[in-house]
Amino acid sequence: MSHWYMLTLVGKDRPGIVAHVSAALFDGGCNLGEASMMRLGGNFTIMLMVEYEGNKKGLDDMLEPVADSMGLHRHIDRIDAELHHHLEPDVRITVYGADRAGIVARITGALAEAGLHILDMESSVAGTEQKPIYIMQIEGHAAEGIEALQSALDIVTSDGIEAQLESIETLIG
Amino acid sequence: MAVLEILTYPDERLKQEATPVGAIDDEVRTFIADLEETMDAGPGGVGIAAPQVGRFQRIVIVDCSKTRKPVPNHGRLFLINPEITQWDGMVVGREGCMSVPDYTGNVIRAEAVTLKALDLDGNEQEYHCEGFEARAIQHEMDHLDGMLFLDRLVSRRNDLFKRKVYQKK
Repeated sequence: MSHWYMLTLVGKDRPGIVAHVSAALFDGGCNLGEASMMRLGGNFTIMLMVEYEGNKKGLDDMLEPVADSMGLHRHIDRIDAELHHHLEPDVRITVYGADRAGIVARITGALAEAGLHILDMESSVAGTEQKPIYIMQIEGHAAEGIEALQSALDIVTSDGIEAQLESIETLIG
Repeated sequence: MAVLEILTYPDERLKQEATPVGAIDDEVRTFIADLEETMDAGPGGVGIAAPQVGRFQRIVIVDCSKTRKPVPNHGRLFLINPEITQWDGMVVGREGCMSVPDYTGNVIRAEAVTLKALDLDGNEQEYHCEGFEARAIQHEMDHLDGMLFLDRLVSRRNDLFKRKVYQKK
């Protein structure tokens, strides 16, 4: 009986991490599911669904050599794998402005109240050290309609934060 | 009339190139009626191509008249041996496919196309389509060449062509 686990790895980025980790998992009899790897502020980060016959301890022991050799912290959670049930986003929101604390909380708080279910979010700090800018891209499902989200955005984006909202019309052919 | 079975990837037949229709006889028209019924039975499909039901002839149906947000459209188009003669602009949009369940991705398509095709009576027609309808036609015509939207995926994260760059001629 196999189980699904969510494996999280974090460490200093360098080339070849995905190849080494996935080889170790394959050699250990694992199957991979969905994954998201991103480089965040020079750090390697990945969250990876792993299907494995054994228990969490067995998976942890299997990963210890490769994680240690590549300087990665690891974290493993037993999960339910709801594969083949993707939720489709119907709205995309882009937010940017001079970086300061509180942008995400204010914007996403207003959007959540207006019915947004965030399915995908990515943000970057760009610009220069002297003048950092914050850029955030969100895709989600508008449970209460896109107009409700637009109204919410109009209220919270009055002072120097730019926000654009557009609907995603997915073509099924 | 019958709802036909839709081939789903990794069925290798979806990679097969379709051949032009010769005579548009009753047998072809009966098939097209079945293809139409199959499209209407699907969940929200705006188009279907003959190879999706295992018939490798250059036949496509597109209907963008019932989208959630209304878009410019020509109603229900029956396109036999379609050929795109002009492409204008580029735009990214989200696509999925009845032959690729549970996945959608971003694809770059021409913002507008001009095409020629035979209608159900075998007469050549010319259409100029833009936006969502142009995207649907390009998606369905790809099936005729053994192409899936998976062959044209671009990044989900970076919307390089978000703004329309459509240039009027």
